[in-house]
Amino acid sequence: MRNDVVLVLVVITALAFDFTNGFHDTGNAMATSIATGALPPRVAVALSGLLNLIGAFLSLAVAATIASGLVDTAQVTLQVVAAGLAGGIIWNLVTWLFGIPSSSSHALIGGVIGSTLAAAGGSAVLWKGLVSKVVIPAALSPIIAAGVAALGTYLLYRISRSLTRGARIHGFRVGQVGSACMVSLAHGTNDAQKTMGVITLALIANGTLAAGSNAPFWVILSCALAISLGTYLGGWRVIRTLGKGLVEIESPQGMAAESSSAAIILLSASFGYSLSTTHVATGSIIGTGLGKKGADVRWGVAGRMATAWLFTLPSAGVAGALAYWLAHGIGGSLGVIVLLGILAGLSGAIYLQSRATKVDHNNVNDEWTGGVAPSEPEPAAAA
Amino acid sequence: MGWINFSAIWKIVVFGVLAGAGLPALFAIGLRSLALPGRRVQTAGPDSDHVYGGNVLGAVIAAICFLIILAALGWGIYEVYQIGHPPAKH
Repeated sequence: MRNDVVLVLVVITALAFDFTNGFHDTGNAMATSIATGALPPRVAVALSGLLNLIGAFLSLAVAATIASGLVDTAQVTLQVVAAGLAGGIIWNLVTWLFGIPSSSSHALIGGVIGSTLAAAGGSAVLWKGLVSKVVIPAALSPIIAAGVAALGTYLLYRISRSLTRGARIHGFRVGQVGSACMVSLAHGTNDAQKTMGVITLALIANGTLAAGSNAPFWVILSCALAISLGTYLGGWRVIRTLGKGLVEIESPQGMAAESSSAAIILLSASFGYSLSTTHVATGSIIGTGLGKKGADVRWGVAGRMATAWLFTLPSAGVAGALAYWLAHGIGGSLGVIVLLGILAGLSGAIYLQSRATKVDHNNVNDEWTGGVAPSEPEPAAAA
Repeated sequence: MGWINFSAIWKIVVFGVLAGAGLPALFAIGLRSLALPGRRVQTAGPDSDHVYGGNVLGAVIAAICFLIILAALGWGIYEVYQIGHPPAKH
């Protein structure tokens, strides 16, 4: 059943998701460079945006996994894709509001799986693909990344111990910026592909493309632009949590963390694993805290993140399922339009809420005081 | 293919360590060679910001290290591009 109006709406929603994916994840690449002062915050996000744009053209392996490896494309309708996207976007915005670096990938996949389950039942979900290409990599990747980052950190401090403090800081800042650029590139290729996959899925569902097709060029281009713009606008709240909340980071640690993240993400992406760049980046940052004597990891913050990770797939799934029932209950094109209208309203409300405790390029590096927004001198807090 | 693709995980770990920890270590070796004391040793105090210590041989070794890193990055990106553009299934 072809419905080009709904298709256009779904594509716009997918690009909106890609945009939230970009700004949710700027921190994965740039948080440590901003925290150590290796790059001014605005230069960091601009550079990261540009590299995300280039990275999006690098590979299509993950897009193929999303488009045909997780759900039975024969049973997926545009309504299902729209509802899945709505679930993913809502979860992404809520976690951003709280400054939790949760996985945008899991939000998207959870949303799509949830709406597919609601629409067609368990048989439409390719469970084996889900477990082997999403769940197991999600569990292993932060551990591998942490190990590589810890080893890298140990080696860097060991080799560079004879350097003067000034030479070490200046030298490693260059390496840190270089490795952060690689993470941005890796993020572009890994994460932009997920939206490419979803749009391809929608095109297949609409009969516009044959099953098993690769993403067309306009899809690659528009996804690249959306994620790049989102990255440029910068998710300052998440940047702050990653750069200041987990570990206090020096430039050699930043370099070790980014190198580990870039290597793991690029390697996994080329195997078609829809890896969470967020999980990898967080694992690396924790690893770099473990690899340096005397560095403290704030396990409370890490624990809060890990909890959010466990909840991401199911929560986005529930949101996706609810969204499907809403759209399906109303029915037809109107159902999808109402759903996306509600989504836009909720997104606006979350944005307004975030303005109350603003985090931006001015206060992103303020002293960590336990919350996302730097505490302001308010008399009520003292009482 | 089983539920867990051990051959992929194995490759990710080995290449991850080589690229993710090995290349930064090589960068550190480069920095250390670059900082080897040479003619300028008297002027560089413990708080010096100078990355270059003044030793020509050190600078050459450093340049080789940095070039290896750049070459490895270029090769890695090329490989990802190659693997990531399979022909469409029909």
